[in-house]
Amino acid sequence: MQPEVLSITINGKPLSVPAGTSVAAAMLMAGEPCRHSVTGEPRAPLCGMGICMECRVTVNGLPHQRSCQLLCASGMEVVTE
Amino acid sequence: MSAVARFDVAIAGGGIVGCACALACAKQGFRVVLVERDALGSGATAAGMGHVVVMDDSEAQFALTRYSRQLWRELKLPAAAEYVEAGTLWIAADGEEMDGAERKQAWYAERGVPSRLLTASELAEAEPNLVAGLAGALLVAEDGVVYPPVAALEMARRAEQLGAQLIVGRAVRAIGDGRMALDDGMELRAERLIHALGANATALSPGLPVRRRKGHLVITDRYPGFVRHQLVELGYLKSAHSSSGDSVAFNVQPRPTGQLLIGSSRQYGAEDAGVDREILRAMLERAEIYMPGLSGLHAIRVWTGFRAATPDKLPLIGPMPGDETLWLATGHEGLGITTALGTAELIASDFTGKKPAIAPEPYLPARFAPAATSLSATLEEL
Repeated sequence: MQPEVLSITINGKPLSVPAGTSVAAAMLMAGEPCRHSVTGEPRAPLCGMGICMECRVTVNGLPHQRSCQLLCASGMEVVTE
Repeated sequence: MSAVARFDVAIAGGGIVGCACALACAKQGFRVVLVERDALGSGATAAGMGHVVVMDDSEAQFALTRYSRQLWRELKLPAAAEYVEAGTLWIAADGEEMDGAERKQAWYAERGVPSRLLTASELAEAEPNLVAGLAGALLVAEDGVVYPPVAALEMARRAEQLGAQLIVGRAVRAIGDGRMALDDGMELRAERLIHALGANATALSPGLPVRRRKGHLVITDRYPGFVRHQLVELGYLKSAHSSSGDSVAFNVQPRPTGQLLIGSSRQYGAEDAGVDREILRAMLERAEIYMPGLSGLHAIRVWTGFRAATPDKLPLIGPMPGDETLWLATGHEGLGITTALGTAELIASDFTGKKPAIAPEPYLPARFAPAATSLSATLEEL
């Protein structure tokens, strides 16, 4: 049985992911950083369990969402911070 | 260890008031020593918001805050101190408070302080995240925000460059009669002592009319542009003035990082430094009434601090009755960041005999003590 496939956008580019994919995993698949540090360094998930805050992204206009704690949903718009 | 060192001025307390006093005295050529138990710029200095604001509670409070705000504008701090003239918006929730805002504007105008009334629609444009339906606001554009611990440290470092000695990590055990005893056995001798221990004032001088008034603050993650000015509800004045009971008020400050500081709370008799969930809830509910979007933001930290409150809402600045070597610089309540600079200049003027820029009388500790009676004796009788 094929898993359901969802379409999201990451920084405006469409991406298809299997249902159950975390937004953090989608960011890695797309090769996009989640956020930039105060000094401008690109950042990606470190702890993967909602503690380190390095994986924050803007989701559907809401800033500072922890991508490792969030599953992709159809039509979701994810933007690097 | 036992040793004696001599100075012109010895300061107990390295919060923003003590650090400002150290700089003002060092600039006058005095040999200064400052003793801080924890870290320079800690205590209430690190716990407070850092709002540089002109206040109109009383002529005396106005004189000290306006003079101090001018000194802040002239201080030329490094970027790390995050001094920004964000302006204060005093928010009027209804017509009655808008009448109050108009009176406030007229009062400031008579005294040469620029301010401007905003209509409901101008306020909504200036701060789009405020709730709809507010009556308007008074904008005091020259008010500022600052990061107080860095400002305090900067003043201490400038004092050090002028020859002041900074002793950090030692507590003052006793102060008076030209002597300051430290917890390692060292004794500092100085012609003039400055007691700048803020809310801990009564630990060294039990009779002082200073009570600890607890406050809570919340800081959020970074949301640049969400708030643009320091926002304070005009009802805040009622909250800040009540001299008993717990109170909360809407008071939000944008930091240059994009973070928001959310306050405020006031509690007497709450000695526990822990976060009080009931008062925190009341404070945040109050804030959400004015700014519903706050509930969607991430708070990253909550903490408490203690203000040094006096019975008449004015600080204690000047000689301590009964000890001709001791000057007080405490009791600044919620305005210590603003008024630290004016306090330091008043004390330095007293030491040099120069005419002070504003009348010092309203702040003299002697106002609490009848002539020829020591302050502590009087207060013990009360």
